[in-house]
Amino acid sequence: MTAADRSQFVYVTFIRTTPARLWEALTDPQFIRQYWFNTTVACDWKKGSPWKMVGPDGSLTDSGEILEIDPPRRMVIRWQNEWKPELKAEGLSRCTIELEPVDSAVKLTITHEIDRPESNFITAVSGGWPRILSNLKSLIETGEIAITSQPGH
Amino acid sequence: MSNADLLFKALADPGRRKLMDRLHANDGQTLSELCQHLDMTRQGVTQHLAVLEAANLVAVQRRGREKLHFLNPVPLQEIYDRWIRKFERPRLKALRDLKRRLEEDGED
Repeated sequence: MTAADRSQFVYVTFIRTTPARLWEALTDPQFIRQYWFNTTVACDWKKGSPWKMVGPDGSLTDSGEILEIDPPRRMVIRWQNEWKPELKAEGLSRCTIELEPVDSAVKLTITHEIDRPESNFITAVSGGWPRILSNLKSLIETGEIAITSQPGH
Repeated sequence: MSNADLLFKALADPGRRKLMDRLHANDGQTLSELCQHLDMTRQGVTQHLAVLEAANLVAVQRRGREKLHFLNPVPLQEIYDRWIRKFERPRLKALRDLKRRLEEDGED
């Protein structure tokens, strides 16, 4: 498969913290809710376990499975939209989350890909991640979130 | 140089902004692909990409022998949160106050 046959983005942020603390921030449902606009995740973080994203009103927005997990370094989530039929119809995507210590910070890399060109699902999630990552960085480094609501909410 | 300095320095060059536009239009390109439609030498593009990478505006991934370049918008979001959002707040508050006043008037 060539790059043209898939849709993908790679987002990177450096957060002044430890891998263990960042891992906790990425897996603790209460913490996730604070930087993910009241959306949270239900998962027991074991290989093969179901993974679910739950919106503020308790509805299922995305679902999937933990394909790989190696705390506090790396996880791969099989990810499917459950919220919009046209995005769900695009099928399974793969989200890889990698943590790497760099000096006194942790480099957090989010790679999200789907094996189809011009994916609307990838376009939709790519718009959300920068705000989520900016919020996460701000929350960990300063104890405050930068953005309290999504545009249009 | 601080991260913010690297970031603003990277953004200060029109050639680098053009490269960012290229990646925005078509993400995950090799150096050769990026060079194709640009009026820049290969060496110039390489140097600009290094500056963008140091500022974390471009993320690089290896796939086999290829090196793919991806636009990373997260630092731009951080600039937005740090430098722009606060100037929107008074305007949003003014709109909110106006809405409240109009709705209160409607109830009279």
